[in-house]
Amino acid sequence: MIQVISVLLENKPGALMRVTGLLTARGYNIECLTVARTLDPTLSRMTIGVDVEPHLRRQVIKQMNKLINVLQAVDLTDGPSVTREMVLLRVRAAMEHRTAILKEAEIFSARVVDSSTEGFAIEATGDTEKMDEFIDVMRSYGEIEVTRSGVVAVSLEAKKLRLSPPIPTGAEAKSKDRIGVLNA
Amino acid sequence: MSNLMSGARMLLECLGREGVDVMFGYPGGVTLPFYDAMYEHPIRHVLVRHEENACFAASGYARATGKVGVCCATSGPGATNLVTGLVDSMMDSIPVVALTGQVTSKLIGSDAFQEADTFGITRSCTKHNYLVKSLADLPAIIHEAFYVASTGRPGPVLVDIPKDVFQAQGHYVPVSSIHLPGYKLVTEGHSGQIRRAAQMMWEAQRPFIYAGGGIIAAGASEELKQLVEILDAPAVCTLMGLGSLSSSHPNFISMPGMHGSYAANMGMTHTDLIIALGVRFDDRVTGRLNAFAPHAKVIHLDIDAAEIGKIRNPDLPIVGDAKKVLPKLVKALEELQPSMSEQNSAHRKAWWKQVRGWQEEHPLVPSFSTSEIRPQHLMHEIDRISGGEAIVTSDVGQHQMWAAQFIRFHHPRLWINSGGLGAMGFGLPSAIGAQMACPDKLVFSISGDGGFQMAIPELATIASQGLPIKIIIMNNGYLGMVRQWQELFYNNRMCSVQLDCFPDAELLARSYGFKGRTIDQPADLTAALQEAVNEPGPYLLNVKVTPFDNVFPMVPAGGAINEMVLSAPQPVAVGTK
Repeated sequence: MIQVISVLLENKPGALMRVTGLLTARGYNIECLTVARTLDPTLSRMTIGVDVEPHLRRQVIKQMNKLINVLQAVDLTDGPSVTREMVLLRVRAAMEHRTAILKEAEIFSARVVDSSTEGFAIEATGDTEKMDEFIDVMRSYGEIEVTRSGVVAVSLEAKKLRLSPPIPTGAEAKSKDRIGVLNA
Repeated sequence: MSNLMSGARMLLECLGREGVDVMFGYPGGVTLPFYDAMYEHPIRHVLVRHEENACFAASGYARATGKVGVCCATSGPGATNLVTGLVDSMMDSIPVVALTGQVTSKLIGSDAFQEADTFGITRSCTKHNYLVKSLADLPAIIHEAFYVASTGRPGPVLVDIPKDVFQAQGHYVPVSSIHLPGYKLVTEGHSGQIRRAAQMMWEAQRPFIYAGGGIIAAGASEELKQLVEILDAPAVCTLMGLGSLSSSHPNFISMPGMHGSYAANMGMTHTDLIIALGVRFDDRVTGRLNAFAPHAKVIHLDIDAAEIGKIRNPDLPIVGDAKKVLPKLVKALEELQPSMSEQNSAHRKAWWKQVRGWQEEHPLVPSFSTSEIRPQHLMHEIDRISGGEAIVTSDVGQHQMWAAQFIRFHHPRLWINSGGLGAMGFGLPSAIGAQMACPDKLVFSISGDGGFQMAIPELATIASQGLPIKIIIMNNGYLGMVRQWQELFYNNRMCSVQLDCFPDAELLARSYGFKGRTIDQPADLTAALQEAVNEPGPYLLNVKVTPFDNVFPMVPAGGAINEMVLSAPQPVAVGTK
């Protein structure tokens, strides 16, 4: 069973590697990964699908939250959330199957995006299980080629985003407790 | 005065604003513009003899002062040589800023001469790292680097700077503020949790304080002392925490763990409340986890939320800065004292009696011989001269454990060693940093004959800087700790652990222009150490000790910490390869 981690991070070079590195350094495989800019172009939203036991997942998410580039990392596994995946597939269809394929596509609320004498290109969205079923059904009609987007997810709970304010630099900052904790 | 200047000069301006007075480094092709700007700048640059040691020296400087240590290396091999030092600082949470040169921006990715993907290589061995892509970004990045390195849980930060950024000209406007929205610092501690913690402490019948490097990083030794005293609980300091509570404090029990004392480990096992302060439940402390403190509730205070529950789930976590949380804890304890402190006084007395009993049963006492110098004897003598006041640096291995067992530290920031990473060759270069930071302090660098030979090039740095470091080699002719494990767990099949060739210490030191000596008689030890300390300059003292002494007590790997091997018969070498 795949768990979903949602990460809001700064849209900066290397930020993605820092997040994924925490999983790969522990020998875990990333099952799927999507990342794109948010409404604020300086930020990205990343959705990671992994299979990691709960104790370690909690630990990894804490480590992600520690990263300077990460504003918030949340485990969507336990809380209420909606996940969706997109599938683009090409199915070679013999003439006698074309109508049946279109019917099946309709059942899955899929959309034909290209049609040729060879067959169809179809786009579908849904949760991961539904997409697995859709692919299975299409495979029963003939040779298929599949590209999956990986999951994107949105939490149904509002999580408070705590951001740090700007910090003064230089000598004037030192007189305050900026590094006062360090016996400076 | 025009504020038009090169990137290299701008970097120096930023370092000046951060209060950097000394940096440790090694120049190279792409850092030439930086070194050229340094030529007319007051900042002090210490030329080490290997980049790894630049990072170790910066770490020694940081460990001795709490200030950020700065090191500098060129691209490619210079940067890759820093890696061990960065991981060491990462593991021990030491504030270090590493500056590396990078090939010119447009050559990045072209397999240029001395190019390495420093940004990628050091991603996982730094708290944060940067690749500077334009001069406009440089000042803010430098201030961010110092801020990130020194705040929260400290750690190393690397800034990779391409040659063209050093050379570019720009108008320097001091950065007035930096913004790291995702860098969350939790320092205050939750007041409800603090109150509950105080309650648990008074309710406990057998409380036990487990203090670590976090107390030293927070500068919270005085606050720790107050907590220890109001609660009157026994306290252990981890290898990284030695000195956070003075070794002479009556409540100080010693170090717990694999080579900890009997009393410390028995205390950990039998306590009903572990008060864990700035520690990370390292495997060398806990031994086999399911047998670690089986009856204990745990209060865990740490500034790093990711440490909470990483190894042991605490019954009461507090995320915060020990410097800020401990006074609140002490206050809460004081408030509850009149109503709660008496309820367990009989149990507390019995607990102290038990702990004192363990201390008497198997005390940590040095071993002596009249024919050979025992390693414990050497540490005992260094301790006598230090009187708990000298800075002592070490590598990793037997000498490190004996030093930790037998040398007292009356203050924090005196005991400097590679704890988490366990890097050989750390002691000598870190002593350089410590002595530069504290020119008036007595600094002992203790290494084994193995680790010393990893750091030998730095004798030149010590000589050229005229640093009066007392370099002590505990020379048993073996990679002692590895040999100890081969003896105990690999049927005494000693493979590649004998160090059968070692330079003549007197000649070696003399070739660098300072004094050195080799001794092997116990009768000479006191005078030789005194001679080293009296010498105004550096001194290399090679102490030949018994070759087959092993460190005890010892918890075998995977064992429970109360199942210590307290001593072993003198083993006999059956074979070497």
